[in-house]
Amino acid sequence: MASDSFDQAVAKAQDELDAHTVEIVHWHFSEDTGCPFWLEKKRELSFNPLADVKCFEDLNKFPDFEDEWLRGGPVRRWVPQGLADHPVYVFETGGTTGIPKSRIAIDDFRTDYSLFSDTLPDEYFPPGSNWLMLGPSGPRRLRLAVEHLAQHRGGICFCIDLDPRWVIKLIKKGWMDHLEAYKQHCIDQAITILNAGHDVKCMFGTPKLIESLCLELEERGSSLAETGITGIFSGGTEFTPQWTKFCVEELFGGPPEKSGVYMTPTYGNTLMGLACSQPVTAENKYKITYHSPQPRAVLQVVDFDDTDRVVGYGETGRSKLTTLTQEFFVPGFLERDEGEREKPHQDYPWDGISGVRPFSRLEGGTTVGVY
Amino acid sequence: MFELPAIRWGEPYESLEVDEVKHFYTGEPVARVHTVGAGIVQRDAKKARHARRALQEMSPSELIGKCKKAGELFENGTLQVGNGEQSPEDFIEQQSATTGMPISMCRANVTKNAFVLKNIDQILDALTRGLDLNILARGYGEEGRGVTVSYQAQCDALGAVLPSNSPGVHTLWLPVIALQMGLVLKPGSSEPWTPYRVYSAMVEAGIPPETFCLYPGAGSEIGGAILASCRRSMIFGGPQTIEQYAGNPKVQVHGPGYAKVILGDDCVDDWEQYVDLMADSVYRNGGRSCINASSIYASRHTKEIAEAVAAKLGPIEVLPPEDPDSGLAAFTIEGAANSIWGAIENDVKDAGTTHMTEQYGERLVERPPVAYIRPVVLHCASPEAPAANKEYMFPCVSVVECPQAKMLESIGYTLVGTAITNDDSFRRDLITTTEIDRLNLGPIPTPQLDWLQPHEGNLIEFLYKNRALQLG
Repeated sequence: MASDSFDQAVAKAQDELDAHTVEIVHWHFSEDTGCPFWLEKKRELSFNPLADVKCFEDLNKFPDFEDEWLRGGPVRRWVPQGLADHPVYVFETGGTTGIPKSRIAIDDFRTDYSLFSDTLPDEYFPPGSNWLMLGPSGPRRLRLAVEHLAQHRGGICFCIDLDPRWVIKLIKKGWMDHLEAYKQHCIDQAITILNAGHDVKCMFGTPKLIESLCLELEERGSSLAETGITGIFSGGTEFTPQWTKFCVEELFGGPPEKSGVYMTPTYGNTLMGLACSQPVTAENKYKITYHSPQPRAVLQVVDFDDTDRVVGYGETGRSKLTTLTQEFFVPGFLERDEGEREKPHQDYPWDGISGVRPFSRLEGGTTVGVY
Repeated sequence: MFELPAIRWGEPYESLEVDEVKHFYTGEPVARVHTVGAGIVQRDAKKARHARRALQEMSPSELIGKCKKAGELFENGTLQVGNGEQSPEDFIEQQSATTGMPISMCRANVTKNAFVLKNIDQILDALTRGLDLNILARGYGEEGRGVTVSYQAQCDALGAVLPSNSPGVHTLWLPVIALQMGLVLKPGSSEPWTPYRVYSAMVEAGIPPETFCLYPGAGSEIGGAILASCRRSMIFGGPQTIEQYAGNPKVQVHGPGYAKVILGDDCVDDWEQYVDLMADSVYRNGGRSCINASSIYASRHTKEIAEAVAAKLGPIEVLPPEDPDSGLAAFTIEGAANSIWGAIENDVKDAGTTHMTEQYGERLVERPPVAYIRPVVLHCASPEAPAANKEYMFPCVSVVECPQAKMLESIGYTLVGTAITNDDSFRRDLITTTEIDRLNLGPIPTPQLDWLQPHEGNLIEFLYKNRALQLG
């Protein structure tokens, strides 16, 4: 029976996650493979991760991961001994003021985006076509990840210069004219690339920049479709159903089968991989439901106060991320987002999250820039 | 419950994002408003010229006739607003319910807004200083001196980011339609009622719907997008907003008014005659307007003046909004009243500052989830006192002792200054100073506006450029 096989798929995914969790915890807490940070941390724990973590649920024994631990060095303390001889990247997040949070990476970003590539329809993301990365440059995971995605699909990636820290500063200072000018500067770079005969068909863009690009093209009597773009992926809390409706119905000129432009949302950050969504359509009111790339990363929707308790399906809670790769172990990181818990899906037989938006209880909120 | 779609040049737009506008006290939803993002605002703004063209199809006199009819409908009509019918009483109740303003105050503001529409010809005559509106419509003409004058419209539609707390300010943008320009409005998050009712009344009166955009909701993003994409817009906000847009020729900022009553040395000994005027200037409209007096300046008798004003205002109690005597509005933003009261308590710590309403009981009245502050009168021994030139959204006034010779250098920006003096020399100085915008010479309460005088940043000067045009 279909429902039986689906239930089996859900159970199998859970079994795989439990087994993967034990394997990854062993890697990070064994003297010969773990990183200095976790080996040091092990001494503070009231349990023995090597013996007491037998399933994913057991990760609740760890205290919530504090992203403050990621600020400052030495960065090498995050490099697992078992991978110490590999070339290491460092990616940063935040950093508009003060010391940014940093995470090391070796191959994770390539693996994550190669897996993501499998979810992209070739019709709209034609293999071999070139890409435009209309997003942040600098010490960002996204920059190299999108470039890898393009290369993985046989294309070449064009990038723009965009400093998101400056954008956040402009917003905080209230220099809105400068903000507009900087956005225009980014869009000018993008249009220059698109008009330069590079056969760019695919792009990553932040919601604000996609919107600005479309409006500017419209102003110039053109459109995204006319530039040759057929596939877009974007992401973040600004990628809402309403924003998608606006893009599809007004900026793109209709659904993919009519406009020729397909857009897919993603959700993630420097700490975890890339969560994907089922196709977003007018029929389902542009609802966006993300499922993480389990077992490498897990997305849970937890109670606002009791963050070890997963809320019921359809209920609202805070987004909690867990990263389980050989390169990086993050047990239970509480994101600055909230949303509703969604049931497993046939393509992703594990929980999802929908309606992702900034965490309403965070004092002062977050400043969402161009990215 | 009322469902208010966004209006995009007259077309209702149903969004997938809907905000609930709630009763200020019970939290029950009263309306659902459809919110849009910045992209829609920016995209719509490019079509503003269509709004102007639609209005240019009608003559100024035709538009004036329709605006007058809209004024009648706004005041007395039952109108289709969003998905429901709304009578004038419904409107007043809804406005009071979501803003926490007393019913009587909401009713008074209906009259005020309707007055402007019903007298739009005279208002425009005052705003233009008597210019023939056909000159504005045509772009040029003769004023009667044999000289060609030309006024160049600076935009096709005026953007306005509106407040929730003072429905009287809508009078500032109401004349725009008659000037053949469209309106792009972001209603205040808890007061969508006035813009929507004006829109309904205008359309019912025959104004083309495609001349209006309404983008309701709480998001600051919408306001930012309106300011960025309209060539002329007005915004209402606090000192931070004023600072942010200071010197920006595209934006007219309306913020705290720091209105004042100034008693000249020649009249100050008769201060008792003006106690009612001073109390009225502080208290009318719940003390929430930029035209309410926030300071009273005098060189002597200041303690007695403060005592007398405190005796009038101090005993005023918080009453339910439906009580006809209710004159205080609730602070509906959590923590706002506490924070304001904290600031006042801090100012009173100053050695030269005395709290004159203390004897009339507690000022901060907490009625969770809202709070009120009963009227506060402070006495400041000098203009250097920290409270001398402060303004809050409730009846609060500082009576400041200051030599007449130092007054004009101490008062700072003053939207409305009522100067009670017959001293010609002082009057000349008052007329000369650039600190006072609207000057009342004589005993006129600060909130008493003569609508036949342009108010706070002349709309015509903002929307039109007086330029040269030569005919060959």
